[in-house]
Amino acid sequence: MEVTLIHILFLSTSLFFIGMFGLFTRRNMITMLMAVELILNSVNINFVAFNKFLYPEQLTGVFFTIFIIAIAAAEAAVAIAIIIHIYRNHKSIDVEDSQDMKY
Amino acid sequence: MTAYDIIFYLLGGFILGNAVLAMTTPKIFRAAIFLLFTLMGVAGLYFWMHVEFVAAVQIIVYVGGIVVLIIFSIFLTQESGTKMPKVNNKRMVFSLLASVCGIVLTMLLINQYAFPEIATTTLDASPNKIGMQMLDYSERGYALPFEVISILLLSAMVGCITIALKSNPEEV
Repeated sequence: MEVTLIHILFLSTSLFFIGMFGLFTRRNMITMLMAVELILNSVNINFVAFNKFLYPEQLTGVFFTIFIIAIAAAEAAVAIAIIIHIYRNHKSIDVEDSQDMKY
Repeated sequence: MTAYDIIFYLLGGFILGNAVLAMTTPKIFRAAIFLLFTLMGVAGLYFWMHVEFVAAVQIIVYVGGIVVLIIFSIFLTQESGTKMPKVNNKRMVFSLLASVCGIVLTMLLINQYAFPEIATTTLDASPNKIGMQMLDYSERGYALPFEVISILLLSAMVGCITIALKSNPEEV
């Protein structure tokens, strides 16, 4: 079976929902961050695939991918700073334990 | 079925298998290592699509940066060998159901959507071309988003240092 755009979209869909599954089930902040990284990666695959297979004369998808990677790096750094700060105050990074701002 | 297609299926299996393991393994350090392999697989997929520059960026930023950051934070916050508490069954079943329904629905939609003709020209994503367009400030260039993202990255780094700085109550 020849690989077309649809196969790549199937792959990225599966990756996205695996990430969603991890986000639903995991209660540890670092593993939830990993799930978010998977979701962002599936979006990047989509952008590059659309760029390559439908509009190869432009580079829009490649630029979006690069910008998303940069934003993901910034997001991961901020998230980990927050997680380390929470760990110092609560001695736990379980989402159920950090409820100070809930009510 | 050519070797090109077989490589895609192998890469896809590698990515999805490692992703599932990363999301289900009870040990957090193993989850980080499986995440690393998943990201390497995605970089391989970019190589397969002939966008070498994005693949290199993926390896440098994700594998060299984010995963190392995650592993450091695992070492800082908890015992890496201990198992995480088990998820309760009800949540497990319902999130599995939601994910499977989402996959099926999205795949049906993709299958029915009539994509325009697959283009015949090949994509030229050489670093030279990307760099020229990135710093181009005319109509089709990306100079402004590039500057915005630089400021965002800088402010995020300053914010990280401020948040993670050890606050000493005696000094205040």
